Parts: sequence; C-alpha cells; structure tokens
Amino acid sequence: MTKCYFDHVATNPLDPEVLNAMMPYFKEDFGNPLSVYDLGMRARDAIEKARTGVATLINAKPSAVVFTASGAEANNFALRGIALAKQNHGKHVIVSKVEHHSILNSARFLEKNGFVVTYLPVDKHGLVNPDTVKNSITKETVLISITHASSEIGTIEPIKEIAKIAKENNIVFHADGVATVGNIPVDVNDLGVDLLSMAAHQFYGPKGAGALYVREGLRIVPLVYGGIQEGGRRAGTENVPAIAGMGKAAELAKSELDKRMEHSKKLRDRIIEGILKIPNVYLTGHPEKRLPHHASFVVEFIEGEAMLLMLSMKGMYAASGSACSSKALKSSPVLLSLGVPTALAQGSIVFSLGAGNTVEDVDYLLGEFPPIINRLREMSPFAKGWGKGFEGHGEGEKCYTG
Amino acid sequence: MKFVHGVKADITADIVYMMCPMHLLKLDEMVRSLENGQVLEILTDYDGALEDIPQWCVRTGNEFVGMDEDEDYYKFYVRKAGNVQ
Repeated sequence: MTKCYFDHVATNPLDPEVLNAMMPYFKEDFGNPLSVYDLGMRARDAIEKARTGVATLINAKPSAVVFTASGAEANNFALRGIALAKQNHGKHVIVSKVEHHSILNSARFLEKNGFVVTYLPVDKHGLVNPDTVKNSITKETVLISITHASSEIGTIEPIKEIAKIAKENNIVFHADGVATVGNIPVDVNDLGVDLLSMAAHQFYGPKGAGALYVREGLRIVPLVYGGIQEGGRRAGTENVPAIAGMGKAAELAKSELDKRMEHSKKLRDRIIEGILKIPNVYLTGHPEKRLPHHASFVVEFIEGEAMLLMLSMKGMYAASGSACSSKALKSSPVLLSLGVPTALAQGSIVFSLGAGNTVEDVDYLLGEFPPIINRLREMSPFAKGWGKGFEGHGEGEKCYTG
Repeated sequence: MKFVHGVKADITADIVYMMCPMHLLKLDEMVRSLENGQVLEILTDYDGALEDIPQWCVRTGNEFVGMDEDEDYYKFYVRKAGNVQ
C-alpha cells in the first residue's frame, strides 16, 4: 500500500546525514562534555559546533543559544524565566489565543502565581493585530510572547511589527519559532526578538533537542537547576547525540531552505486547490501569510478523528488540530479563537508537507479524500438533510469566514 | 565585608540568577582574560558569593576590592594581581 506522510508539523523523519552526525556520540565518543579528558573534550566540541550551526541558521551569536530538551521546554523556559526575572518591574504578561499549549499552560502557571495575563484575540485568519498588542500594554507589562506561526493553522504572525512595539515600550519579546525555524527564513536580528524557541525535529533533526535564543545581556531565571551546563542556564548532562544532530540539521536547513520551501509550497497549493473543490470544506488560517508546507481545513458534518482513521487505512497520515490535541477529543481552542463554531471545529484536518512528499502523493490524497468525506457524511447524523453529499461537487469556500 | 561605591570596572560579568558554582567559574574565566591591574565587576544574586569571592581572592592572590549592592543583586569587584593565576 502507498504510504504518504502528511504530518510534518507533528514531526519529521531524521535526515540520514543527521543520523551519521549523531552516531559517534552514541558510540565511541560517549564522554560527558564536562570531563576534562579528551573524550569529554570531543563531546564538548560537538556541542559547540552544534551551537554555531543553530546560531547561523537564525543569524545569532553562538553564545546566545541555550540548548533544551524540546521546543516546549524552550517555551516554558522563556515565559517562566523572563516573568520571574522581571517580576520586580511588573507582573503583566501578554500572549495570543493561538499559542501552543506550552505557552498557554505556562501563562496559566504564571496566573496562578500572581501574574496577570492578557490573551490577545486574533482575526478570522488567526492574525494578531499589532495595534491590539499596543493597546494591551500596561505599566506592569514585562513580557509579550507571540507564536511566529501556528502549527495548527499555519498563519505567520507579524512578529517584526510586534517586536518593534515591545522594544519601544521596553518590554521583553519572545517568539515561539518551533514551527518556523528551519522551515522559513528566520533572522533574530531582522525580526527584533529577544527570545526565540525552536525544536530540532521540526527540520529533520532528532526529537529530544530544542533551543532557546536569549539575546545577549538578557537575564533569565533557569528552569532546571543543577550543574554548570549551558553557562548555568540549563542544568543536566547534555543529550550530546541529539544536540549534535540538531546542529547538523540546522546546517542542512540553512543550505537547503529555499529548495525545501519551493518544493513544499508547490504541493501545498495543489492540496489547497484540490480540497477546496469539495463542498462545505473551508481553509483555516491565512490564505497567503501561511507556512509553505501547511494546508489546514475544517470539514463540515464530520469529525477529524474519523477522517484520520480512514486516511490511515489508505496509508495517509495527517493531523486534526495540534499533534497533542488530536488525542484530547476536544475542540481546538485555536480554531474557536478564529470564530469557527464548536461543531465545525470538530472537523479539523491538517496536511503538512516535507521533502519526502511528491506530486503523486498529493494526487493520491486528492483522489482518496473526497470519497472518505462522502462516506463519513453518509454516516453522520449532522449531515442529514444537507443534500447530495460529495456528489454535489460544489465549490468550497476559499477560507473560513465565520 | 568591605563595601565600596562607584568603582570603575574594566569588564562586567552579569550572572544574576545563575547558581553555584557559576560565580567561581565566571570569576576564574574573566580574571584570566584581564590584564594585570584591571578590575572585574561581577553581578550576582547568589548569597554564597559573599563568602566565596573574597576567599577565592585570598587563595589566588588577586585583590578583593570590595562589594556594593543594587536593588536585587550584589556587585563584587576584583582586581587582577600580577604573577598570580
């Protein structure tokens, strides 16, 4: 059976070159980077080489990159670390409603500990309005955190404009770059961010490696206390193979970015064009300002889980909502924040593309998906009285308009 | 403890929120990078530094110039002495 992986925002396969770069640190070069002998030195050199690779990808100084175990950890570190470091200056934090759970739940943690958090609304495409950010700032605001792009709806946020507002008001600005770093050009100086989270497995690196860019001179309270790893900012013996892999993946992403984007965008546009021909299917997220490898929809009258199961029976792997909320059987807060009604939000489906996908994969999907929807609608009590189902072949909406 | 105000430092190491033993590692690293007679300012909120930094100076022969306090952290001043380290 044909196998098509359309879930690259959940994770990516490891690039073989990345695996090769990791192998010595699983085997002969297993030393602890803090050990003074040559075995430790080789591990230490691997970490510093990786730091340079990651820093180059985002145009930062290597010393500004702190390795973590995941993008979620980097997000927790940014929010909690800056809020705690700045709490004597104020206890107000601003985030958007389309953030990943690692941001939203960190914000809730801060609320429970005496901070006030503003959750910014977004428009129907999931865009944060920079003027809304400006109007939400108070004398107490110490941190603004906005996702660079949502992995659920693909919308790319106006980070540069928001960073400018934060800077004018002397407020620390963090962007969650987990979905963007390695997938679109990201330059921390051009964007003007103070902190940026990233995860290796989003650009063909290994799971278990992430990083937080922390602008030079910015104080941050560590999330993990212990030893002197990462300059005392993140304790714990380093996952050397994963960090080495992240560095290699960053080098490859830097050199192949344009090619990867062009490849994915072509396939993404083919998916969007094909799927919107199905009646009562709507694009979610921004039609243009979106990740080049991301196509997301809501399908009326049926629910995402059923579509995922039937697609997987045909050898196709996709997502419904964010990778983690696929399992939670609840409506996506991100979709609800766009104004998508609760019932419709149940029919969320996300296709995300990668280097391994081909035009043939997409055509296979476009051939198999409409009958799957039709079959599910025939079984759905919600579709009763709706009409002829798939046979109607009406023109779908270009995007969800609320 | 010797308190000082308005000491002009040649270089500053900001390790506020970093725990033990970062204050000693940074101290060692930064003093090595100084010329003889130059002064290092080290900013830290780690209480153990109150004891450790003056003692480190005694042990290494560098001069402990003194300390100052800011709102929520300490400032330590160390002058690099010749023929030590």
